[in-house]
Amino acid sequence: VSPPDVRSVPRFGHGSRVPGWDEAADLSKPPAVVPDPETTPVPPQLREQIVAAMAKYDDRRSAAIPALHAAQEVHGWCSPEAIEQVAAVMQVTPAYLTSVATFYDMLETQPKPRHDVYVCTNISCSLRGADEFFEAMEEAAADSIDVNVRSFECLGACDIAPMASVDGEYVGPLVPADAVKIVQDIHAGAPVLQAKQLRYRPCVDPGVSGGADEFGPPPPDTPRADTAGLGPEDVAADRFGPPAPIEVPVEEPQPEPAADEKPDPEPGSRDAPDHPPRNSP
Amino acid sequence: MKKLLFDRIDEPGLNTLEVYERRGGYESLRRALSMEPDAVLKEISESGLRGRGGAGFRTGQKASFLPHGDMEKYLVCNADESEPGTFKDRELLQKNPHMLVEGIIITSYAVAIHKAYIYIRGEYALQADIVEAAIAEAEAAGLLGERILGSDHSLKLVLHRGAGAYICGEETGLLDSLEGKRGNPRLKPPFPAIEGLYHGPTLINNVETLATVPAIIRLGGEEYAEIGTETSAGTKLVSVSGDVRRPGNYEVELGTPSREIIYELAGGPEEGRQVKFWFPGGSSSPILTADDVDLAYDFDTMAKAGSMLGSGAIIVVDDSHSVLEVAMKLAKFYAHESCGKCVPCREGTNWTVKMLQRIESGEATPMDLDIMASVQEQIIGNCLCVLGDSMAMPVGSMIAKFREELEAEIEAARERADTGQAEDVIPVGVADEHAGPIPVH
Repeated sequence: VSPPDVRSVPRFGHGSRVPGWDEAADLSKPPAVVPDPETTPVPPQLREQIVAAMAKYDDRRSAAIPALHAAQEVHGWCSPEAIEQVAAVMQVTPAYLTSVATFYDMLETQPKPRHDVYVCTNISCSLRGADEFFEAMEEAAADSIDVNVRSFECLGACDIAPMASVDGEYVGPLVPADAVKIVQDIHAGAPVLQAKQLRYRPCVDPGVSGGADEFGPPPPDTPRADTAGLGPEDVAADRFGPPAPIEVPVEEPQPEPAADEKPDPEPGSRDAPDHPPRNSP
Repeated sequence: MKKLLFDRIDEPGLNTLEVYERRGGYESLRRALSMEPDAVLKEISESGLRGRGGAGFRTGQKASFLPHGDMEKYLVCNADESEPGTFKDRELLQKNPHMLVEGIIITSYAVAIHKAYIYIRGEYALQADIVEAAIAEAEAAGLLGERILGSDHSLKLVLHRGAGAYICGEETGLLDSLEGKRGNPRLKPPFPAIEGLYHGPTLINNVETLATVPAIIRLGGEEYAEIGTETSAGTKLVSVSGDVRRPGNYEVELGTPSREIIYELAGGPEEGRQVKFWFPGGSSSPILTADDVDLAYDFDTMAKAGSMLGSGAIIVVDDSHSVLEVAMKLAKFYAHESCGKCVPCREGTNWTVKMLQRIESGEATPMDLDIMASVQEQIIGNCLCVLGDSMAMPVGSMIAKFREELEAEIEAARERADTGQAEDVIPVGVADEHAGPIPVH
């Protein structure tokens, strides 16, 4: 048996890929109901985004994925609080949204570092060295608290294999040495590996452009392909941006220790979050 | 060969309405709107166009299944391109989104649909932005919305982003996901053409299929049907990846010899390497070997050879890789992506991974291959959708075609285990927390 494969999907109790299925429900409490919109505070911009998304469909529940995405951007992950807020605006139960959030790979139900690096490790990429790159990437990001390195299923860019999606930007073909540069670019807030971005890659079909074996950095006058000539005001409301920094669950304030009690041996230790981010050292 | 889909695809600004129209874009729409809807549908049927998403069903016939009459009908464009090895739609969406929008408007006119959705996978962030901008441009120019170009036809087009799930590329899983649920496939029948999105009749087509429609209207169905072979009309985008020198998308006429695609266009494997086997239609298609490279690349030839054209994604594996390695990647992928609704798929994919791990750890005997092959047979045709089949068919074909190599692999692993060279052997019966649940007897 090969050593436990850290690249596979996270498993929870009994090897299930659905978290919480084996946790007994608290039968002493009634199930969570649709939150009262009057008493649930929702950031105004988030509310606006969810309402706009709901208006696009014949059934408001169709907006579940865009709404959870928007909430993830605000809260950093689909935290119970985030789900509560979406449920209040959409008028559905938190359980319904949790069922959706746990199904999709891009919606996170545990705290995660802010920047996503999805490394494709599917067939075409692994044939060209994706597994080596993934190891290098994990190593390069090991000390960064805000870089979330995940192996991902086929991202649909096998022409630049091995490749990765860094906060939605496709880059490739990658060599292990690129991993450090990716982390540096993320920290610098710069475009990631601009010379290897898919958006500038010409079509390889020789009948189209004379073929393109190599592609380098874009010439300075290359129009950016993602705006279609429209200004920023035309970008629709549900465009997914990077998620917010990790949101640490708020702890109940501890009661003042009685005068005769010894002080806490490790001050600050109880402030640690219940779920440390995956990459925290 | 004249390119239909990739015609000057790298022209700067082609994703804008201005450049697209300057090149004759939306002319097909104007022409279609001047025809009767039935005549447009007839052109699509006559073209012989077959679905480009994987199943290869005749597009015209599928559209004709939709009931007539005034009711809430939907057109859904499947842009959830997640089949491993497939990336053709990505290039179209990114570089020529208006061709897709035009195809959607024409198709909706032909079958009297007034509401359309594009379901794009969440990972395609850049492409989604581009398509969204294209829709906004088309709306501003009166090409979408009420009374398109002064005709009686109206269409509302909405882009919907997914959030990362392979199963949502399956048409009924996609519909559930679009309704805001977990993307579990539905029981068929009723087929989506009768009861689909929000219980309304729904026509679901792939990006490439819909993007071909403007070319069909421009050329006329009969002329389009002359391209390609008799039963596989037209041109096809082929995504070639894996062990080739020039991976990428190529537009070829259906019926082109596979050798030409793999060796001439994509450059074949690296110097000194040989093609060992290849997937002709994405990772779901049964593998073909180096002996099959002279087959014509079209729907029927691939089916006759025991495989399928699928989504048109050729993955080439050269002789530096073992069959076991590829089978393992494949099985793990499908085990991850199985939605868990049907038992044969949920359990079959999981157990196939475990049996392959037994081979690696030296615990397997050649009999395991027979058990594995029988597991694959029991998955096929026994689930609501074909996700399980998508693992069972290629893995089954690997066992059938490379049995000797797998047996040698079993022997070698056993010897390694006997001499204590195997690393980190997890004793049998101990939970590997990443491998799945321990069976309870």
